Amino acid sequence: MSEKFDAIVVGAGPAGNAAAYTLAKAGLSVLQIERGEAPGSKNVQGAILYSDALERIIPDFREDAPLERHIIEQRMWVMDDESYIGTHFRSNDFSKPPHNRYTIIRAKFDKWFSKKVQEAGALVICETTVKELLRDKTGKVIGVETDRTEGKIYADVVVLADGVNSTLARKAGFRPELEPKHVALAVKEIHFLPKETVESRFNIQKGQGVVIEMMGKLTKGMMGTGFLYTNNDSISVGVGVMLSDLMRQKMTPYELLEQTKNHPSIKPLLEGGEMKEYAAHLIPEGGYHAIPQVFGDGWLIAGDSGMFVNAVHREGSNLAMTTGRMAAETIIDLRASGKAMSAANLAEYRRRLDDSFVIKDMKKYKDLPEIFHSNNQFFTTYPELVNRSAYTMLTVDGVDKRSKEKEIFASFREQRSLFGMLGDAFKLWRAFR
Amino acid sequence: MSGIKIEEKLFQNRYLVDADNPHIRIKDPALCGQCSNQPCTICCPAGCYTREEQKVVLITDGCLECGTCRIICSRQNVEWEYPRGGYGIQFKFG
Repeated sequence: MSEKFDAIVVGAGPAGNAAAYTLAKAGLSVLQIERGEAPGSKNVQGAILYSDALERIIPDFREDAPLERHIIEQRMWVMDDESYIGTHFRSNDFSKPPHNRYTIIRAKFDKWFSKKVQEAGALVICETTVKELLRDKTGKVIGVETDRTEGKIYADVVVLADGVNSTLARKAGFRPELEPKHVALAVKEIHFLPKETVESRFNIQKGQGVVIEMMGKLTKGMMGTGFLYTNNDSISVGVGVMLSDLMRQKMTPYELLEQTKNHPSIKPLLEGGEMKEYAAHLIPEGGYHAIPQVFGDGWLIAGDSGMFVNAVHREGSNLAMTTGRMAAETIIDLRASGKAMSAANLAEYRRRLDDSFVIKDMKKYKDLPEIFHSNNQFFTTYPELVNRSAYTMLTVDGVDKRSKEKEIFASFREQRSLFGMLGDAFKLWRAFR
Repeated sequence: MSGIKIEEKLFQNRYLVDADNPHIRIKDPALCGQCSNQPCTICCPAGCYTREEQKVVLITDGCLECGTCRIICSRQNVEWEYPRGGYGIQFKFG
């Protein structure tokens, strides 16, 4: 292949598909390269699809996209070893179309998205790993080299949507190696059950779904969260922790997952299910400060490769699709006005990101990762205290309520000084506001 | 909690193993002997790294291609590439 394309997109996840689709739809010649056997076969997510980001790319996606269930209820559980205390929000408004979010199974969804990309006119080749970026004497990216014979392919611009590990960006020196404190490892399983069982177990009807987000002692003092999502006839369950914490202790990720599944509040939800896949994936959770340079001469970075994840709100694939789309739109606009794909011109991509929810949201929570890193009481002491307090207040045993309140207050004081608690509250308030 | 068999989990997965062509390599095995905590033997979600006496043995067949081992190795002793196109883990659901 010595052909030259207007653009090459590396990767067929949400960012790459959004970019390739948008570019092809505008009439550019696009080559998209995917290392998996099929688009999606290397990709892992919880997974929740946020409609808005996809709607801006494919407005009528609901007509044929493989969606599992639309979410009508969100549960947030703060857990200790025996219990959870939490908030549930359920609304019939979420059942009225158009639905705001859905559970999806990524292998199916990514295949569907890729079909749309191909229908839009992009050439998609799978089972091909890009080995490195081709650059001219000035350092400008002019194409890619793949692991196929005669694997050099040229383009005016290359969009790197090659995921969290981004071997390409690292080798080219566009991005440093990931730091353990900037990335979480998530492990998950999918358990199949009859859809009637899923519906009765979660108090939902056909097409409706529930999301459970969990934090507390289930991550054994490590910064992290757990999740459980209802698909049509299966349940996705997983847990994620920061690598910087994982590497300092002695429990394997699969032991952690097993303990999560065996929590007395989770086990009955999975009862009788058949486990059909075990997956693991890294999530870039370094936040705003970890975002690398995302543009240069002849290249742009989108999605996980650019660390675009809002860990606080569990958003990633929507940021991937949005950054992929904006990368494409920047290229399209430069091309329409006859401008070169230079770093100076492609800087427009970052300006557009700055004006969008992507950077605005990431900036809002820029200090949160640091606070949770250095204060593990948020994952151990407090979850246990609130759960024990609820247990004390709700146990009827002849002790008067005022005495119970005193006992609870004393147990808080014992675990954490008043100043410590006030300090924690202040830190959280400052980081969330 | 060593009762969990990672093999039983990985058995559910679909792989196309690139025989005799592992995509991850320990650069200098002697360095692993000097590593006191050998976090790769704990953190790899597929249990690819096992400890045998002082050495670390790596078998990549069950690799989930997450990248953890490369990032946590404080001695940068892991050479990590993606498998050749089409090989490795093929997620059925993801």
